[in-house]
Amino acid sequence: MAEVELRGVSKYYKEVAAVSDVSLRIPDREFVALLGPSGCGKTTTLRMLAGFIRPDTGQILIDGKDVTDLPPERRPTAMVFQSYALWPHMTVGENISFGLKLRKVPAAQIAERARAMLDVVRLPGVEHRFPSQLSGGQQQRVALARALVLGPKILLLDEPLSNLDAKLRVRMRDEIRRIQQELQITTVYVTHDQEEALTMADRIAVMNRGVIQQLGDANDIYDRPATSFVADFIGQSNFFRGTLRRANGVTWAHIGDERVAVEPVDGAPDGAHVTVSTRPEVVEVVRAPEPGAFALDDPRLVNFGAYQRLAGRHPTLGPIEARVPKSFRLDARPVYVKLTRARAFAEPEAEMRD
Amino acid sequence: MAAGARALPGVSLTWAIDDPRMRRLILRLFVAGLAVFIGIPLLTLVLWSFAGEWFWPNVIPTQWTIRWYEQVFENPRVVNAMVLSFTIAPVVTVLTALIAIPAGYAFARLNVPFRRVLLLLFLIPNAFPRIGLYVSLAVLYYQINLIDTYWGVVFLHMIGTLVYMTWITTATFRSIDPHLEEAARDAGASPLRAFWSVVFPLALPGIIVASLFSFLASLDEAQGTLIVGTPHFITMPVLMYTLISSFERPVAAVFSVLLSLPSLVLLVAAQRYLRSEYVAAGLGRV
Repeated sequence: MAEVELRGVSKYYKEVAAVSDVSLRIPDREFVALLGPSGCGKTTTLRMLAGFIRPDTGQILIDGKDVTDLPPERRPTAMVFQSYALWPHMTVGENISFGLKLRKVPAAQIAERARAMLDVVRLPGVEHRFPSQLSGGQQQRVALARALVLGPKILLLDEPLSNLDAKLRVRMRDEIRRIQQELQITTVYVTHDQEEALTMADRIAVMNRGVIQQLGDANDIYDRPATSFVADFIGQSNFFRGTLRRANGVTWAHIGDERVAVEPVDGAPDGAHVTVSTRPEVVEVVRAPEPGAFALDDPRLVNFGAYQRLAGRHPTLGPIEARVPKSFRLDARPVYVKLTRARAFAEPEAEMRD
Repeated sequence: MAAGARALPGVSLTWAIDDPRMRRLILRLFVAGLAVFIGIPLLTLVLWSFAGEWFWPNVIPTQWTIRWYEQVFENPRVVNAMVLSFTIAPVVTVLTALIAIPAGYAFARLNVPFRRVLLLLFLIPNAFPRIGLYVSLAVLYYQINLIDTYWGVVFLHMIGTLVYMTWITTATFRSIDPHLEEAARDAGASPLRAFWSVVFPLALPGIIVASLFSFLASLDEAQGTLIVGTPHFITMPVLMYTLISSFERPVAAVFSVLLSLPSLVLLVAAQRYLRSEYVAAGLGRV
């Protein structure tokens, strides 16, 4: 049983907030990804959990116990570093045993546990090799074994796959998830790769500028982004700027002379400036005019192999993209798009995507 | 990986030449030239030290002898000087290491304010003619009763060795990925334990090189020792200066051989640690 909680945690560098009032509760056995662009505060947050950085304000609790003031060696966390950070002067066996020796575990048990952990990461029999004799993926497994052998309550991973090539990355992704499920360990995973976050994590915390923009599962953040930043950072979106108007129970975003129906918006009055977003894959393409369909000028197709993207321009709305099947062909007929499931974000100018 | 990160971009003397055969040739010529410039004088010294009779135009001596060595070793002043030199150099090296290792670590890892300025301050003794420094040091030594004392000589040597060693250890510690240390902390090691188990072993080659430089620099120091150590603390190079004029040429050669020997032995012994980046650091790359 291990749950971890951040309570109003902030970290400032000079005057700039690297992490600003972050609160997050991760229940036992959950796999949470901290996702965001570089400099968003995700790694700082992870390093505060590990104890390498001391927060300026707030508390960190593990199983309800305040660990804010504990150094890394006294926290029940184990970290896997982006560079693996295997000790090059020690063999794989010595790397894995180091923490156990510090804990005065009997020698026979140390060897047994090291071997068992190498089995878990599916890399048996390399105890006597040095890290430099292993491939990147193998080093990654050893780093994982070294962290897990100590039986930590919380596993922390800092962009562990970013040094691997694309194919291996996908395989290790599944491996890490498998091991996490097998050991039922509470895990925090930092990444800038949305695919990693979406495929591995139970919940994803999307961060930007030191703030958690949205916390939710893959469907929440993809289908129901909470901010324009999330809509932009995760997947692709069409964006428009407009003004909010409600009429007959429908919420509209007025964009120039046009209007687009959007999902209901809480807490924003009529007349509020909004950013409207919709995913290319929910934009519906039709070949005849109908109410709510916008004519697309200069339509052209971009082939992505598995699908095509139709890109064009509306005189008022601006550029619009829609995902279409590979069978879709352009001909003399005009192209219209219907913007469905559009979402409007009423945000201060500064918060809008830039 | 840490090992990869530590490999600094090599400074090659032959980077501009495309043809690999040409490049090898030039490299070989360069090495051969170095060997001639360093090897021939050394060899001549060795020959002179064993020469019983050696007149022009003979390429090697016509008579061989070890009487110059006997003459040198029968002189009690020489033996005393050798003993003194070899009791000063290790003490200088150990004391320097005790200061330079923590200092290098602090410069490399901690946010030392004015880091660059402090590192440059260390260089100041090297930036001026040494003799001026030694004279003013001698004046100071008179006032605090360090003149003509063992520790006076040791401290004087340390002015020079601290520079080498702090610069080299700083570069060494900087080349070690801080994450390696953090990983040790994460596994349960105290800061001190993380240093001893991870940082120190990885820094050992650099520390050995730095110690070697310190040891040899102390063994070789003559100017300052002459000023603050006379008349009772005469080390080998000082004695060599004072005796060289009153002896025959082969005796001077014996002295030179005896002075070069420790350097040669130590350099060969530590050869595998002499990685270019540490040596470069000693010469000012931090």
